[in-house]
Amino acid sequence: MTIQFNKETFRDDYSFRNSDWAIKRFPFPFHEDSYMYSVNMEQHRGGPPGSVYEKRFDVDEHYLAEMEDRAIVLAEDPLRCQSLPHMTLAGWDTLELIMTCKSEDYPDLFELHRDGKRWRWVNKPMGIDHSFTFLDETTLPCGPLEYITRQTQGDFAVLDQRDEMLWMDAGTVTTQADWSLDFDIGMNFFEWHAPVPMAHELGIFKRALKFLLNVQQGAPARRLNWTMTVNPLLDTSPENYHKWGIQKTTLTPENIGAKQHLRVELQTFFRLPRSNALLFPIRCYLIAFQDIVSVPKWGRRLHRVVRDLPDELATYKGFIANRPMMLDYLGQYDDGRPTSPGIWPDLETEPPLDMGR
Amino acid sequence: MSKFQFPESIASRPTYGSLKSRPGKAHLMIADAEGAEAILDLAAQDAGLMAKSHVIYIPSGSGAGLSERLRGLKPAQYYEGPSYAAAVPRIRRVLSDAHMGLQVYLCGTEGLMGQAMNEATAAGIPHSAIQTEHRGSIARRMQCVHCKGITENVTTDPFVCAHCGLNLFVRDHYSRRLAAFQGVCIDAEDPGNVPNPVELYK
Amino acid sequence: MTAAPQNTKAGAEKIAVTVSAVVPLNDLVTRFEFTRPDGAAFPPFSAGAHTVVEMRDQGRTRLNPYSLMSDPSDPSIYAISVRRDDQGRGGSLFMHRNVKVGDAMTLTYPVNLFSLDLRGRKHVFLAGGIGITPFMAMIAQLEQSNGNWELHYACRSEALGTYADQLRSHYPNKVHVYFDDQNQAIGLEDLLDGQPLGTHVYVCGPKGMIDWVHTTAAEHGWPSENVHSEEFLAPQPGKPFEVRLCKSDITIQVGEHESLLEAMERCGVDAPFLCRGGACGQCETDVVEADGEFVHRDHWLDDDDHACGKKIMPCVSRFVGKTLVLDR
Ligand code: HEM
Ligand code: FES
Repeated sequence: MTIQFNKETFRDDYSFRNSDWAIKRFPFPFHEDSYMYSVNMEQHRGGPPGSVYEKRFDVDEHYLAEMEDRAIVLAEDPLRCQSLPHMTLAGWDTLELIMTCKSEDYPDLFELHRDGKRWRWVNKPMGIDHSFTFLDETTLPCGPLEYITRQTQGDFAVLDQRDEMLWMDAGTVTTQADWSLDFDIGMNFFEWHAPVPMAHELGIFKRALKFLLNVQQGAPARRLNWTMTVNPLLDTSPENYHKWGIQKTTLTPENIGAKQHLRVELQTFFRLPRSNALLFPIRCYLIAFQDIVSVPKWGRRLHRVVRDLPDELATYKGFIANRPMMLDYLGQYDDGRPTSPGIWPDLETEPPLDMGR
Repeated sequence: MSKFQFPESIASRPTYGSLKSRPGKAHLMIADAEGAEAILDLAAQDAGLMAKSHVIYIPSGSGAGLSERLRGLKPAQYYEGPSYAAAVPRIRRVLSDAHMGLQVYLCGTEGLMGQAMNEATAAGIPHSAIQTEHRGSIARRMQCVHCKGITENVTTDPFVCAHCGLNLFVRDHYSRRLAAFQGVCIDAEDPGNVPNPVELYK
Repeated sequence: MTAAPQNTKAGAEKIAVTVSAVVPLNDLVTRFEFTRPDGAAFPPFSAGAHTVVEMRDQGRTRLNPYSLMSDPSDPSIYAISVRRDDQGRGGSLFMHRNVKVGDAMTLTYPVNLFSLDLRGRKHVFLAGGIGITPFMAMIAQLEQSNGNWELHYACRSEALGTYADQLRSHYPNKVHVYFDDQNQAIGLEDLLDGQPLGTHVYVCGPKGMIDWVHTTAAEHGWPSENVHSEEFLAPQPGKPFEVRLCKSDITIQVGEHESLLEAMERCGVDAPFLCRGGACGQCETDVVEADGEFVHRDHWLDDDDHACGKKIMPCVSRFVGKTLVLDR
């Protein structure tokens, strides 16, 4: 299908909306009625047709709007995209991987023509037709990582692998769940995860690291992570927290269905061939509560997850103060019926909401 | 009291050891204030060490009485500077033609150790190969995550950013690259509601 | 989450290739070059990477890892150089005796356990004998990026100095060759002394040489992070073994080159998994009975679990012994 790109914003008037198509394919992150951190990683080798897992880099109706939002953020704060000097090769790796995947997976939108080192890249949605010399920075308007991530949805961390450890030595980060690339750049896997509660004690990071060190070329992996955001604000950065933090206090029982968003990150892991670095795309999907509850199974389950989430996690994710109001809202969509296992909406098989009582 | 036991914290927060003499032809020691005591202790471990050592010392007030004793160790080279900033060109010069095998010892305040660590790692020494020992003040170098300005010598939580004036709370999240802890706006969700500053570790 | 369906192959991805050249270099070493039958470009690789060559040797499959020694910037071929080992397990003999131009073979995608530290101000390579191969690729890669490098290469004799002449004539100022039979040896202590900060040393050769370099560097105050050696973790096949799955009520055979999890899947048993790499814990399976030794390779179970023999992670771990019964 050809994608209709939305005209929408992730700031000011917040005109962001999900179509019915986007709601049905939303990566709902809970496979059961409760949630705790785990080493929830699996291979990234496709998924059901039309799902966000199908392609290596998912492109959806928000593509152009997200790229406009990224351009605004980078213009205001160039420190959101940084690359330590030894990471330039990994930047080219990233460019090559994304151009190859997108031109193969979306031939109607993207084209890559290679003639030795002379490459021509066509990005039809963004109106780009650009010839350059692979591995020659002087033929691009900016570094290779910045060039391609200005054209690809999601944040990107690029991890150098040395001494049995991953080091966050480059990235483009404008749609983050409240962490700063400028602060974290140069840290190792345990250091940048330092603020996360409970997971260190559960041994999750140790196991996850061992797995990631072993991710091989041609065999990418993925996992989901989630948090909550008031208003469809992509750039929930610490840098701007003094400006957006106040929005968390604007929820009311009347507006919560439209304003409160579940924020899900589809995180993937690719070994980069020329640099042996690891690419970590973090693709953010937003959905309003009122759209989640349109899927009965998801409404029931989200209520139970939010209700039973340990306080440490609700605090870390920044919604402990709003949790009671969320539960009042979500409770209306939980009739206590059992839910089917797995993440899929199961619209045909799950019963409609029954609040008859 | 010049030694302070920092409570256990998150993985990004640096921890400090006590300096041990290591094999190597050349040794670089950088200290401020009470950090001089750690060098005195180190010198006592290994009689031959100081003759191979270059000491860079910033007394900064509380170290005044220690200079003489450091000089008395007869290091191969001794420098005393009025501030860390004044010592930086010298540190860079020394590192620029140092060789692999150089041992680096940092001691004193967290701000000094963090900044000198940065110079040494930028010169090509892995941070895990650099020894550190904390002595003296527990004041912190803080980066304001909002305006990026660094406020030196922060001793209370919260504190006021010396650059943009926001009220910031003190995190233990630490960046080696910036040699600073992270400060984050404390009243973003409730403007004006700023708790009274409390001394760190009190 | 499990957004299956998935393609559930384990291990590194594979590439079908054709042998395009077999070039004897001296009495012991031969270079093998590969192209792809469909003419496609090879996946790019980073210098220091190896590929695992699958050999079909009279009904048995051999899997040997070899460093890729071709220029990483040339996607049209992959090349390896193989030293004949008359005492070895037979892989190198098979390559030398049986592999001919035009043969179809299978390689794995490149895996790098010996990568350059790209922050290095200077890279010093120390090669012993056939240990020269990864440095051929590293030199090519650094030449592309104007890297600062030098090579010290110890060989038995001029006649066995694989690539020594070629390297010396290309890079006369950077390559230093030492011949054992002329009583020449790498002067390691002098070499380590006086290197600028940010220098990295890489060693590939016999185990004794690797240990010597690590020890000497440590004695001279070098941080361990600046001394690199190839830790050759061959792929981890194992002896075939038999397993009884009591819930499914079948007995299955696990082959040499498949995991226990793959064998279960092959036999139609629906076994859980997520990561297939020993990290996520999904495939954890209870042991009902065991008479033999477990070969635990996961990062999930702790040491106590490994010791008590009550659990196994079928995606990576194996078993050697008489009887194994699993609760699956
Ligand atoms: C190598 C790629 C990865 C990068 C670059 C990365 C980065 C991050 C960052 C920057 C944070 C925010 C920390 C903060 O509060 O400042 C975070 C949170 C977290 N990460 Fe990762 N991560 C990676 C892989 C993983 C993996 C494989 C796991 C697997 C279990 C994981 C689990 C978590 C968890 C549980 C959180 C807390 C999230 C929440 O509750 O909202 N991360 N990660
Ligand atoms: S499938 Fe993840 S540990 Fe076995």
